[in-house]
Amino acid sequence: MIKPFIQITVLTTNTVTMSAPLSDKQIQHLYWRAGFGISSAELKTVRNLDKKQIVDRLFLASMQSTALSMDFGALLKKQKDLSREERKQVRQLRNQKMSELNALWFQKLIETNQTLREKITLFFHDHFSVRLRTPRACLHLNNIIRRHALGNFGDMLMEVSKSPAMLLFLNNRQNKKDHPNENFAREVMELFTLGRDNGYTETDIKEAARAFTGWNFNKEGTFVFRQQHHDYGIKTILGNTGNLTGEDVINILLKEKQTARYIVQKIYAYFVNEIIDHKHIEQLTGVFYDSNYNLETLFKAIFNSDWFYDSKNIGIKIKSPTELIVGLSKPFKVKYQDPKVLLYLQKKLNQMLFFPPNVAGWPGGKSWIDNSTLMLRLKLASVTLNSGVIEWHEKGDMPENMMIRRQFYKKIKSQVEKKVKASPNWDIFLSTLEQKEASELISFLLQPKLSATAKKMVSQLDVKDTKNFVIEVLSLPEYQLC
Amino acid sequence: MKRRDFLKQSVFASGMTLVPSFLKGMEFLSPDQLSGYKNVIIIQLSGGNDGLNSIIPISNDIYHNLRPSIAKKSNQTLKITDHLAFNDNLKAIKNLYDQGEVSIINNVGYPNPNRSHFRSTDIWQTASDTNQYLNTGWVGRYLDANCQHPYQAIEVDNSLSLALKGDQMNGIAVSDPNQLYRTTREPFFKNLVQNAEKEMLDEDNQGYLYKTMLETYSSASYIHETSKIYQTNTEYPQNSFAKNLKTIADFIVSGLKTRVFYSSLGGFDSHVNQLNSQDRLLNIYSESVGALVKDLKKNDRFKDTLILTFSEFGRRVKQNGSRGTDHGAANNVIAIGGALKKAGVFNELPNLSDLDENGDIKYTVDFRSIYASILHNWLAVNDQTVLNTNFKKLGFI
Repeated sequence: MIKPFIQITVLTTNTVTMSAPLSDKQIQHLYWRAGFGISSAELKTVRNLDKKQIVDRLFLASMQSTALSMDFGALLKKQKDLSREERKQVRQLRNQKMSELNALWFQKLIETNQTLREKITLFFHDHFSVRLRTPRACLHLNNIIRRHALGNFGDMLMEVSKSPAMLLFLNNRQNKKDHPNENFAREVMELFTLGRDNGYTETDIKEAARAFTGWNFNKEGTFVFRQQHHDYGIKTILGNTGNLTGEDVINILLKEKQTARYIVQKIYAYFVNEIIDHKHIEQLTGVFYDSNYNLETLFKAIFNSDWFYDSKNIGIKIKSPTELIVGLSKPFKVKYQDPKVLLYLQKKLNQMLFFPPNVAGWPGGKSWIDNSTLMLRLKLASVTLNSGVIEWHEKGDMPENMMIRRQFYKKIKSQVEKKVKASPNWDIFLSTLEQKEASELISFLLQPKLSATAKKMVSQLDVKDTKNFVIEVLSLPEYQLC
Repeated sequence: MKRRDFLKQSVFASGMTLVPSFLKGMEFLSPDQLSGYKNVIIIQLSGGNDGLNSIIPISNDIYHNLRPSIAKKSNQTLKITDHLAFNDNLKAIKNLYDQGEVSIINNVGYPNPNRSHFRSTDIWQTASDTNQYLNTGWVGRYLDANCQHPYQAIEVDNSLSLALKGDQMNGIAVSDPNQLYRTTREPFFKNLVQNAEKEMLDEDNQGYLYKTMLETYSSASYIHETSKIYQTNTEYPQNSFAKNLKTIADFIVSGLKTRVFYSSLGGFDSHVNQLNSQDRLLNIYSESVGALVKDLKKNDRFKDTLILTFSEFGRRVKQNGSRGTDHGAANNVIAIGGALKKAGVFNELPNLSDLDENGDIKYTVDFRSIYASILHNWLAVNDQTVLNTNFKKLGFI
């Protein structure tokens, strides 16, 4: 792609404040990792900005936090006021609302302009992994995470720990003075702060469980501290002794630099590269810890660094199912008329929002990929954008074959359309495309360098039929990476 | 095959008459070869099943004292000996036990037990030491060392567990063989596969995607074609676990050259009010396994099948404050098979008066001894290449 000269001119006259310009590939990299890809129009707009300006633009777009909200109807009624029959209905309604909540967030991910905030929310949705069938609690937790996504991690941790969702999921309501329940105490160290086997003992867990006794919530879903259930005895946790409370434990954990390091490692693996560079980790850990766990500071340090844009970090991450589906849907503004379709896709690809496999979240990386998920992932572009058909064109094909094939595809399409009910807006996508040359399109659509196989394959494709060419390129294994 | 021929066939062929060329030479087992082709089905009860309330030390006072509100009473159990009883939801298992087809191995675990679900599941699936981090599973390493095709280890589930991931080869995850096959018939992917050369693939994520695609392509056809041979008419309970076991039975009876099947049943993390939830799950487990064994017996394949059931850990002996139990350590393992060498209660019962510092059962049998026995005694391969250490073989099989 030809770079406009103006950019170079600006750079030479303003070298003190300007950082090096990013290539299109690098800009796409930033947008994939900080969001779900980039549109042609946005790429055209930001191409003339320098790195810092683009990064600032991403943060600016996410400055506001727009909470998810939904109507819970009969779920707000008190349990004891309900008849037996009504209770049964409430159970069904709860399941239905969980599905609605899933669809609500998914649609937001596709439509929102606050992409960075939503991407970080998605990361912490995985980090503070909760699997429940109580839609109110799940929505509430999701909004806590969203509100703090670019704020302070310590505040997020404290609020999450006190949320009905977490108290329910890790059984802290049952954690009482005479019968401690260790579940939350263990996971808060193992998964939320220090990381497994990082400087705490079984005794620390037992002691911390005592400190969290009495943490509970009332019928309105507000946190309450039940004094009669709290163990006021002396506890020793990570070398700190006293009549410690749950808040004290959280603060002790935040005081440990290992907490900053563990969060940074997870963020690095998710946003940069699953192969950790220890030099970068130590540098970021310092930044994060010294900023008192400010997430905006940490993410700016990552996205403004030079190494983030190294070619070894580009096009190597296996997209999560959410990144894949949202990334495909966004540029085509796909409308899913039947939310069950989105649920089905998430389920089959092993990432249903609000239903992580367990408290450790989704393992990610290569574990997204096995034989069954891979084939559906490869089919996804054609399913979402072209009613399930990859129209295979071969140069010099016989006209009668083309006719047979068209009829065949037509049949499949009408079948798939009835099932999938997704409507992509191809006009918008095609009309904003800047280039329609094969190599330019490929470079825009795919982040990694093409494999030898893909090169051979691409050379057989007909670029004049842009729509079909795009579907074919999006059906290559390379599209699974970002 | 020329593209237009392929197209014509795919357009006009109403059934599945088209046999892809790479299938030639890959044969399924004929009925007389079938006999004697040994396989093992591994079932994980995920979440940490409370073994003490599954196979119950019914005469032990400590058990009753430490679990005042969740200990099983005699009338809620099925007697094994004066000291031991099945949870009464394990009726089908008890029937198999009475026929000499069940071996109960007590106190199975490993040194310095980890009480995290994920870590302990990893340890069980990779057969590692407690402080050793492996990224291949023991079944995966079995594939690496002894097998030619990924489909020789199949997980009937939506995704593949670490247990089935090898260095050179991964097992296959399949919940619906037809669906898997249909996606591989797409002309675009077929062409992509034909253009891909395995030797050229890199070790990175991109290479991994291509490699998985190639393996999927050949395995999907094999499984699809072979598993069409037999569709069971045995009745299974209506739940997804039973459905998975039914798929396994179809595979075994059809003569799929698969040595290891893997499946799991989740929900055993019973911190709160465990009686109802655990009983319901044990019932699903028992009824489903009962149907599977019945099906295999009917087709004379039970004698070649071993079913191993484990959980990542047992639970604390003392109940917690919420009528549940917290994460524990050693646990019992159930082996079910038509050709057990030693059925019954294999070893001593848990010693509840000698618990570890957390109040958990101490292990006396290393779980890798069970793997070693299966590999060596049953699948007749070198267990040390897979497990890296020489573990004592047990005589239950």
